[in-house]
Parts: sequence; structure tokens; C-alpha cells
Amino acid sequence: MNYNWNWAILIEVPYFDWLVSGLGWTLLVSALGWIIAFSLGSLIGVIRTLPSKPLRLFGMAYVELFRNVPLLVQMFIWFYVLPELVGEDLGRWMKRDMPFPEATSAILCLGTYTASRVAEQVRAGIESIPRGQSMAGYAMGLTTKQVYRYLLIPVGYRIIVPPMTSEFLTIFKNSSLALTIGVAEVLYQARQIENYTFQGFEAFTAATLIYLVITMIVVFITDRVEAKARIPGYGVQGKT
Amino acid sequence: MIDIQNVNKWFDDFHVLKNISMSVAKGEVIVVCGPSGSGKSTLIKCVNGLEPFQKGTITVNDVSVGAKDTNLPELRSHIGMVFQNFELFPHMTAMQNICLSQLKVLGRSQSEAQDRTNTLLDRVGLEGLGFKYSSELSGGQQQRVAIARALAMDPFAMLFDEPTSALDPEMINEVLEVMQELARDDGMTMMVVTHEMGFARRVADRVIFMDEGEIVEDANTDDFFGTPRSDRAQLFLSKILQH
Ligand SMILES: Nc1ncnc2c1ncn2[C@@H]1O[C@H](COP(=O)(O)OP(=O)(O)O)[C@@H](O)[C@H]1O
Ligand SMILES: [Mg+2]
Repeated sequence: MNYNWNWAILIEVPYFDWLVSGLGWTLLVSALGWIIAFSLGSLIGVIRTLPSKPLRLFGMAYVELFRNVPLLVQMFIWFYVLPELVGEDLGRWMKRDMPFPEATSAILCLGTYTASRVAEQVRAGIESIPRGQSMAGYAMGLTTKQVYRYLLIPVGYRIIVPPMTSEFLTIFKNSSLALTIGVAEVLYQARQIENYTFQGFEAFTAATLIYLVITMIVVFITDRVEAKARIPGYGVQGKT
Repeated sequence: MIDIQNVNKWFDDFHVLKNISMSVAKGEVIVVCGPSGSGKSTLIKCVNGLEPFQKGTITVNDVSVGAKDTNLPELRSHIGMVFQNFELFPHMTAMQNICLSQLKVLGRSQSEAQDRTNTLLDRVGLEGLGFKYSSELSGGQQQRVAIARALAMDPFAMLFDEPTSALDPEMINEVLEVMQELARDDGMTMMVVTHEMGFARRVADRVIFMDEGEIVEDANTDDFFGTPRSDRAQLFLSKILQH
């Protein structure tokens, strides 16, 4: 095989800029997706632990729906199918006038999908807290809202920092699927570089390294968050 | 103060409380005992509405616990409760545990709450330990923090659900002593689920014996330990007093 290695291509004009812009889109789509995932997922996760049955059913339906349909299919639905379903005016707006239709669809798709996974973590975290803890809260006169705000959420979230870290990493990896609807993120740009220069190895190696570096930075940060969030001696306590 | 009339409760098909009637007068100390699974915890949780019940009435200070329009958080803020497993909040120091409801329920200022907390920590023998997390305290210390936390609300009655059952034997007395002082010096109205018969003898005005969801005995302390009228109570006592 006579492949012409040319690593220099990666820092040549315009390919370097393509990668940088790809990185920008990856970060943007992932970060905005995560904001949706975290807030919506927290809400759905909490809802799934509330006493009200209709609310719990709604939360369960959401999770089952979004978690079980393959992400790629959801990506296509958000971008190609949804605009046809929402009525003519809104559909036309989504296709023509909505700013960055591809990226917006990708962000909504990643956000709502990851929300279903975040919701499961939040629910598991809250449910792992012994029932006596919320009883103690109610017994001192706290309302349901206060029991969540001061007891269940602070403790529950501390418990789930590790799995949430991995969801956070997953959203970066999943953001690469956005290339299928034309978001010019890292992988999209790598493919583009291959098309133009036939230096596919270099381009995809660069993309891989970019993901790796992001992952390492995220792990570095979340390790610190984890250390800070840790409850002294939690889990070691004499619970009978 | 606490008045329970014909209370019945079911967990699905399981009839856990059968026609319970009893009362606790102001300043009285009532000990509730009985075999495990007889419904003691369930009963005491009905008193402050932590468990709903299907039939009968419970009133605390003339407020009906079961009524739809009762403001339960408000009512509960006047009833202290101490649990078998302490239930301190693990992400908070002892100080924060005791301050929480003073700040969020009573609306006391931070400095007011802290002053009160320090007084209470002294009182339960934990002077200067407010900065500790529950995992840094022994079981007996945790339970005393939990008692201080309940007292911080200036409750008009206290409920105890087996407060010493999860403790190592050498720590039981330090908790019982705090409870005894509360009864003797403050004249606190107390409903105490416990198997500590020595405590019952010394402190209780009346002893109630429950079995299989029923009140089998409700007697003055002297009468209860003198001549319990039922076989079941006698059997229970002989088992308990053996160890
Ligand atoms: N949440 C619940 N759901 C169903 N059964 C329960 C529940 N809580 C308690 N029970 C049952 O009710 C009975 C009485 O329990 P409990 O009041 O805890 O007894 P005790 O405190 O006297 O040991 C037990 O048989 C227990 O298994
Ligand atoms: Mg019990």
C-alpha cells in the first residue's frame, strides 16, 4: 500500500480552520444539548419520584420513548419528519427561517434524548436515599418542595456525580451523529478533509485526538467536582 | 394533647392498626411496647401524619391530623420526632441539621438559630461538636443531635420511635438520660416506642402494649409491671426482661 502520509495537511489552510470550526460546533452542540439534558432530565427524574401517579406515568412515558428509539432515528425525525408534522407555517419556518436548522435540530435531539438518560440517573439517585430521610424532613415541618430542595436533591445529585460524568462524556460522542443531518462538527470536517485531500488517516486521527482531549479535560474537571461533592463518610454510616 | 380514636389502617389488604384508641395528656410520658411488626412505628407515624390512616380520628392539640384541610407541615413543626436510625442529613453538619427547620420553617435568623442550636448542643452534652458531620459522630451522639434537632422547633410534644434500638449497648444510657431529663425537667409530653423497660419503669406514666395491630394493655406503669392482665403482655415481658 502506498499511502502518502502527510501530517502537515492538518495545519494547512484551510484544513486547520475546518477542524477548529468543527471543534467549535461539537462543543456548541454538546454544551447546549447538555443544558437541555440536565434541566429537562432533572425535572423528569424528579417527577418520576413524586407521589402523584399521573405525573409519574408521564415521566415514565417520556423516558421509555426517548431512551428506546435509536438516536440516529431521532436525529432524522427532528430534522426531516418533524417539520412536516407541525403544520405548514411552523414547518416552513423550521426549514427556512429557523437559525441554523441543522444545529438547532441536533441540539434539541441530543438534549431531549440525553434528558431521558439523565432522568434515570436522577431518579435512581433520589430513590437510593432511605425513606427515613424524607420522613425526617417532613416530620420537622418541611413541605414536599423543601424536602426536595434541601434534602433529596443535594444528596441525590452528590450520589450520581460519577454516572452523570459519563452521560456528559456520552453527549460529546453522540454529537458526532449530527453530521448525518449536516452539522459541520469535528467528524463532518474530518470527512470533508478526506474528500478534498484523500488524507483520511490524518484527518480521522486528528478527530479522534480531539475527542480524546475533550474527554480528558472533562474527566479532569469532573474528578474535582466529584471530590468536592463527596459527603464525608457517606455510605460508611451505620444504617440498620 | 394527643387523642387517638378508633383508628384503623390497612396496607392494601393487611390490617395493620385495628381500632386503636388512646390518648396522651399534656406533660404525660407514654411508653408503647410490643413485638416487632405489631404496628408501633405505624401508629406513631400516624400521629404526625407521616402515614395516612383510613378510619378513625387523631387530634393533636385539637387539630385533626386526618382532615383534608389540615396544614400538615404547620402541625408537624410543633411535634418533634426522633427515629430509630437517627436520620441526620449526611450532607450537613450537626449545626446545619439543627438549624435547617429553624431557618426554613420557623423563619428564625441565622444568628438566632445558631444561638439556639448551641444552647441545645450543650444541653444534650455535645458542646462544641456542631461542626461535625454525622459520619464523624458515634451513634449515641447522632441520636442526641437528632433530639436537639427536634427540640429546636420548641415542640409541644415529642414522638420517639425506638430511639435506642440501633445503638451499641454502651451508648443507650446517654440517650435515655437526655430523654429522662426532658420528661422530668421540662415536663415534655412524650410518646415513646421502646423496649427499654427500665426507662419505662422510671419515666413513663403509662405503658401501652401492642400486639398484631391491637392495643392489648393500656395501664399505669406500676400496674403494668405489677400485674399485666393479658397472657400476651406477660409473655412479652418475660422475654424482654430475660436480657
Ligand atoms: N409501607 C408499608 N407497606 C406495607 N406494609 C408495611 C409498611 N410498613 C410497615 N408494614 C407492615 O406493617 C406491620 C407493622 O409494622 P411496624 O409499624 O413497622 O411495626 P413495629 O414498629 O411494631 O415493628 C409489619 O408487618 C410491617 O411489615
Ligand atoms: Mg418499628
